[in-house]
Amino acid sequence: MSQRNLEALDVGAIREAFPILQREFNGEQLVYLDNAATTQTPDPVIDAMSDYYREYNANVHRGIHHLSQEASIAYEEAHDRVAEFIGASGGREEIVFTKNTTEAENLVAYAWGLNELGPGDEIVLTEMEHHASLVTWQQIGKRTGAEVKYIRIDDDGRLDMDHAADLITDDTAMVSAVHVSNTLGTVNPVSDLVDIAHDHDALAFIDGAQAVPNRPVDVEAIDADFYAFSGHKMAGPTGIGVLYGKKAVLEAMQPYLYGGDMITKVTYEESTWNDLPWKFEAGTPQIAEAVGLVAAIDYLEDIGMDRIEAHEQELARYAYEQLGAEPDVEIYGPEPGPDRGGLVGFNLEGVHAHDLASIMNDHAVAIRAGDHCTQPLHDKLGVAASARASFYVYNTTAEIDELAVAIDNARQLFA
Amino acid sequence: MGLGSDMYRQQILDHYKNPRNYGELEDPTFTHVGENPMCGDEIRMDVQLADDGETIERVAFRGDGCAISQASASMLSGELAGTTLAELHEMDRDDVIDMLGVDISPMRVKCAVLAEKVAQDGAEIYQGDLDVDKTTTED
Repeated sequence: MSQRNLEALDVGAIREAFPILQREFNGEQLVYLDNAATTQTPDPVIDAMSDYYREYNANVHRGIHHLSQEASIAYEEAHDRVAEFIGASGGREEIVFTKNTTEAENLVAYAWGLNELGPGDEIVLTEMEHHASLVTWQQIGKRTGAEVKYIRIDDDGRLDMDHAADLITDDTAMVSAVHVSNTLGTVNPVSDLVDIAHDHDALAFIDGAQAVPNRPVDVEAIDADFYAFSGHKMAGPTGIGVLYGKKAVLEAMQPYLYGGDMITKVTYEESTWNDLPWKFEAGTPQIAEAVGLVAAIDYLEDIGMDRIEAHEQELARYAYEQLGAEPDVEIYGPEPGPDRGGLVGFNLEGVHAHDLASIMNDHAVAIRAGDHCTQPLHDKLGVAASARASFYVYNTTAEIDELAVAIDNARQLFA
Repeated sequence: MGLGSDMYRQQILDHYKNPRNYGELEDPTFTHVGENPMCGDEIRMDVQLADDGETIERVAFRGDGCAISQASASMLSGELAGTTLAELHEMDRDDVIDMLGVDISPMRVKCAVLAEKVAQDGAEIYQGDLDVDKTTTED
């Protein structure tokens, strides 16, 4: 691996690539701090997708003509590029394109879980799971008779790894965990978790939706059997997500969606399946989005994932200090440091998170408020909702100052 | 950045901080609850009808949640006293927004109308025209 480059980002130059950041509402410039929900899209990504539609739009895999060849090559090579980006040495055969992280989770749940699980099997999740995995495995548990268990989190919002070691046993068939919590910001020790799973011959699924966008991720160093993330949270387009799976594991799995492209031979009676990864990509896939995802990866790697991680940690630390200085602000999750990602979930005492987000919106500050698709975790935290500010390559400490001013306005309004 | 806010005018904040008719009625004609689980807004409404069985005499509510949902319940509890069930059923979201007197952004309409829907559903259940445990406006 190349030496870590932690030179500070030239945020001014970066912002020029994101025209949307220049938008104003009622004369105030947008302060976009909802990046854990979706990130904004830089010109190179928009241009790559636009070029695809202007220059070589065609269906893939089945055309003899020039356009289809160009589109097919671009689409297939997108898998190679993603594999390289996350350290999947098996290349395109280990990379399945999905709609998003949620669909990746469902793909494994349906294609593997429904076929392999039964009474006596256990699925181990964490208390900080996103509904994407929590609801999915909960339902697979109900349909198969497998029991779902949850690794506890401690008061600081970190996984209780002793509890994990107790909970994961030879009955465990699947361990599914978020790499970075979308609510607490906790960066989980996923490689340790995967090791425990493998000690008991369980498979491990890591949800990297909040990790891949903002830090170097090497799926083979983590040794995950499955790893998933979404394009739209990493400067790429909506409509495309990635499921990484170890080749041997994917090969042993039945298809999830049936239809065109995922077959080799079809008669009125029987069908046989195409090779990896196409076996899992039925129908016309998201071709423009795959092209856009490659452009996003190129864009991020050009900046440097190490630098992006350092930038986010710096912003998270600054936000933690600015917001946390007031006694009426409760911040969730671990203190700033290497096991904390670039998002800050919080509540202002006496002000519902939705009111807070509405007041911020009046000042063109975009944050997220709600349950963040982690209702059970919010129940555990004892709150119905929380506010969340989350950062990306184009955010500045000045924008966090704006956030702090907006919080102070809400404080005064509700005083 | 000024303090001005379209949705959080003084009247809304006043009703949120000092809710009217907050609490329970001793002998309500009917009681109904509503919940928007994604927001965490909850409202429980007690309604006392007059002897004519048609005119609303008193309303009390308890609840938890955002300023819009709770202020709306507080204001509605006052508005409803003296109206009839028929008039209650005729209310729609525009009436609620008029009552609040502020612009409600599209994403927050569900908060604004929860109390109204709780009162309407409660009345319908009382009249035997509806069978639900809880009302929500989050669909």
